[in-house]
This record gives sequence, C-alpha cells and structure tokens, in this order.
Amino acid sequence: MGVDDLEALNVRTKTPLQMAWRRYWRHKAAALSTVIMAILLIVVLFAPLFARYGINEQVLKISEGNNVYLSPRKLAWFGTDDIGRDIYSRLIWGIRTSLFIGIVSAILSVVIGTAAGAIAGLYGGVFDDLMMRVTDIFLAFPFFVAVVVARASLGNISWITGIIGEISSIKFIIFLFAIFGWMGVARLVRGQVLALKEREFIEAARAVGASNPRIIVTHLLPNSIGPILVALTLSVIGAIVAESTLAFFGLGPQPGSDSTSLGKLVELSREGAKQGNWWLVVFPCGALVLLAVCINFIGDGLRDAVDAKLDTVK
Amino acid sequence: MLRFIVRRMLWLPLTIVLVTFIVYCAVRTGWHPEETYKRANPRATRAKVEQYLAVNGLYEGFTGYIKGYFEWLWRFIQGPDHWPRSIKGRALVYPPLRYSIFNTLRLAGIASLFGWGIGLTIGTLAARKPGSWFDSIANTTAFFLGAIPPFVSGVALQLIFAVELGWFPVAGVYPPGHQGFDLGLMAKHLILPVTVVTIQVVSAYSRYMRASLLEVRSSDFVRTARAKGLSERRVLFKHGVRNALIPIVTVLAIDIGGLLGGLIITEAIFNYPGMGVYFLRAITNGDIPQLMPYLVIIIISVLIFNLIADVSYAYLDPRIRLD
Repeated sequence: MGVDDLEALNVRTKTPLQMAWRRYWRHKAAALSTVIMAILLIVVLFAPLFARYGINEQVLKISEGNNVYLSPRKLAWFGTDDIGRDIYSRLIWGIRTSLFIGIVSAILSVVIGTAAGAIAGLYGGVFDDLMMRVTDIFLAFPFFVAVVVARASLGNISWITGIIGEISSIKFIIFLFAIFGWMGVARLVRGQVLALKEREFIEAARAVGASNPRIIVTHLLPNSIGPILVALTLSVIGAIVAESTLAFFGLGPQPGSDSTSLGKLVELSREGAKQGNWWLVVFPCGALVLLAVCINFIGDGLRDAVDAKLDTVK
Repeated sequence: MLRFIVRRMLWLPLTIVLVTFIVYCAVRTGWHPEETYKRANPRATRAKVEQYLAVNGLYEGFTGYIKGYFEWLWRFIQGPDHWPRSIKGRALVYPPLRYSIFNTLRLAGIASLFGWGIGLTIGTLAARKPGSWFDSIANTTAFFLGAIPPFVSGVALQLIFAVELGWFPVAGVYPPGHQGFDLGLMAKHLILPVTVVTIQVVSAYSRYMRASLLEVRSSDFVRTARAKGLSERRVLFKHGVRNALIPIVTVLAIDIGGLLGGLIITEAIFNYPGMGVYFLRAITNGDIPQLMPYLVIIIISVLIFNLIADVSYAYLDPRIRLD
C-alpha cells in the first residue's frame, strides 16, 4: 500500500497534541478540577463583579449595628472577621493575590531551573559539576527553614531589598520562592537533557551546524516540555501553600492596606479556632484545600497527557 | 563504587564548611546581634552588650564575618561545653537542643514507622490489581490527603478532637507542671501530631510504592518469573516488591534528612517541644548562639542522608554504575 492509498483510506489521524488533549480529559478528576479552576479564574479575574464588598469594606457601618465576628448569614455569606469585613469577598481578593504569587514565582523558578538544568546537561564537564554542587547546597536546607532564614537575611540587606522589594512585600516573597524553588526543575531538566542529547536528532542538528543555544531552544526544550509543565503546575500550588504557611506563622507578606492574600486569611484561622469562630477556619482553609487538590489533580492529568505510553497500553 | 564513596566523602566536609559559612552570614545579616541582645535583655548595660559581641565573635563587616565564622567553628567543634551561650541569661545551648532533638526523633520515628508500614502495604495491595476498586479508592484518597497542607490538617484535627470533643490534649508533650516520665500520658499527647505526620507519609509512600511496583511488574524478569511457573504470590513478593523497594529506599533516606526540619509546622501547631519549636523560638529571639547549632545539625543530617541515598541506591541495584 503506497502513501496515496493510505490517504485514500481517509483515516482521521491525530496530531500528538490532540492525543495528549484526549489523554488529559480522560482523567476524570483532572477534568473536573479544570472546570472548577476555570470558574475560579473567571471569578478572581473579574473580582469586582463577583465580590459583594470591597477589600476593606465593612458589611455594616458600626453605627448600624454589630459587624464583628458575624456568623454566616444573608448579609455576609461566609461571616465577617475581627473588624467586620466580609470573608467571602476577601477570599476572592485573597485568592487573586495568592494565584498571582503562585503563578509568577512558579514561572520564575521554572525558568531558572530550566536554564540551569539545560546548560548543566548539555555542556557537561565543569559546568555540570558546578551546577550540581550548587543545587546540592540549596537542597541542604529543608524548604521552610531555608525560606525563614533567607527571608530575615535578605530582608535586612538594603541593596537586595532595593531590587526585590521590602521584606513584607509580595514581590519579595515571589523572589524568595523562586530562589528556593528551582532545584527540582534543574535536576529534572538536566536528566531529560542527558537522556536526549545522545539521540540521533540532536546529532543531526549538530551535524548541520546548529549552535548549542539553538539546540537547547529548538530541540531539547520542546522535547522535555511535558515534565516541565507538570513541575510548573505543582510549583504554583507549592508557592500558594508556602505563602499560607508562612502567613500562618506570622511571617507572610503584608500585601498592604488595599490588598489581601489567602495567607492573610488563613492567619485568622489560628485565632478563629481558639475562639470557636468556625467560619474563620473553614472557609479560608477550605479554599486553600480546594485550590491544592484541584491544581494537584491538574498536574496529575498533565502527567497522563504527556505520557504517550498510556495510549499504547489501553 | 568505593571510589565514588570516597570522592563524595571528601566533598562532604568541604560542602559542610561552605554551607555553614553561608548560613552563618545569613544568620548574621538576618538578626542584628546588638539589637536582638537589647531586645532580649532590655536593661543590659553597654558593657554587657560589648561583652556579648566580643565573647561570641560577632564582628561587623565581611572580614569580620569570616573571622567570626572561624572562631565560631573552632568553638563548635570543641564540643557542646564550648558552644557560645544563649542570648538570654547566658544559658547553655546544648541541653534544650538535645531535649528538642529527642522529642522530634520520637515524633518522627513513630510517625515514620506507622507511615511507611501502612503506606507500603497500601501501595503493594493497590498495585496488585491496578484499576480495581481498592486501587482507585486508595489512590484517590492518598492523592486527596497528600494535597492538604499539614497545617490545615493539624488545625482541623486539633479543633475537632482536642477542642470540641476533648478526647486528646490540645498541645504539649505533658500537662503543664508534670514531672518525670509517664508513657501513657506521653502517648496521649503524641496521637494527634503523629496522625498529622503519618497522613503525609502514608499518602506519599503508598503512591511511590504503587508506581514503583507497577513499573517492576511490567519488566521482563517478572515475566520470566511467571514463565518459570512461580506462584503469583512468590512473583509479587520475591521479585516484585523487593525490586520495587530499591527506588523507595532512596526517597526514604532523603526524607529522613528532611524530616528533622520538616516537622516544624506540626510541632508549632501542637506546641510540641521539638526542634521546630526550638527553631521558631530562636528566630523570634534572634538568638544566634541557639540558631547556629540547630542549623548545622539540620544541614549535616540532610547532606549525610543524601549521600546514604546515593550509595544505597547503587548498592541495592547492581545495574547502576557510579563513576
């Protein structure tokens, strides 16, 4: 059968991307999570439309009655906090900030990690040794310890805060997460590059005279985009959880008077739990868990999507 | 193999010195010694401050840091009696650190044993029949629980079982004012924090084990074992599980190193007097003499266990060559 005959069969062929797309949606939990995240994204992107009150707006003026620690009711669906602000609206504003922190710091750490890993893997030799030793040094600290110590240290050095912002700013926390978030990606990309660089198509590229940067950008990275994408997704939620954890211990960013973050709201749950104001615990922590579960499932779905082996098995 | 170990062992002290120097600089820039000393001892005289700075070698400037670091290092390796004393009342640093290490090891040890046992069993059972109802329930539950941040599950358990139901104590390792050793009382205090950590360990290891065993089951030597006519049981345990455990031993070694620093969150929520609470107290006080030994112990244990991970991987799996 020649090529013409095959075309005459009119078999609908699928591009790899379409196949990946199909594998992704076959993962039921990931599909559901995607829908939830899409709704959530629309809500936070058009926050002014969905939030019932402003960030610092009180549900009632204090002259009109008590507005502090109201339990959930028609006036405030998720109750109010210690100064009478609506938890529901603040959650929308907070998730908006937290998603921003998560996405930007994930992109930064993936970019740093990819560059480091690709250079180490492709150039090898001294580059590789050096890069891996640096990675080892960064990995010698548990994440939380590293972030807490580095936060205090970097926040006290004036020329650094000049670049990455004051210690309590969102910019600072994003840089902090990027600095301690790139090692996993670097190791992953290095492994991918080491496996790919002996393959024939890389040799072919080299034979026609492609430069190293060109090989990295046009051949190596597109071929390892799958695992990188998964790592990106997981580091988004990693950063969101880390921000909340830091805030829970009072070490989080102070987004300022015109902004809030999920961490700031989760911080309330510590006091809330002691006072029996359950809505201060349930809604912020619930939102965090929802985000964590959804983004993790999306990462899992992406892992399925980039794994072409799944199609040949089933 | 031996060459690899020797080379890594030679690297180790160098890495430790380099990392502790970085940490020393970070701690020095992060907590200004004079300010923190005055905050911890509000009525300290000028002479006292000077004495604190001089005794601890807390010099300013980059050359001062280098000089101070080597002075600190010399005192550190001479043993706990020579370690610089705490910022508050010149208390010895080692006894509280030792106490907190043992508390953390107890919590981590119990939780890890439970977690590994339950997690590996669930993973094995799930991988025995992939796609079965047990597999899907176990896998989804593990995934779900693993996604919950530990401070959320900690606060939730504390709120439900300690505050509302009153079944377990809210915090601590003994009731306030308790003297001596009491196993039952200690166990009662340990249940909630152990549960929080165990949940994390189970969810991670059941998924590792499942993935690893599935990978092994599709390999050629398992097919050969079946072809030889071995019973499914024998294939699973003699050939499957043993090989599936190889990559897990690596993860395990890395985790043990990280565990010491990773329990901070759980310990803080339950006010459990372990290394996490020690660390948080030290950073709040800006207590450099207390902070440094803690950080050094964490770093050394992480580095050593990472080395053990690499070596054990090569030792257990002869297919891997280290050169």
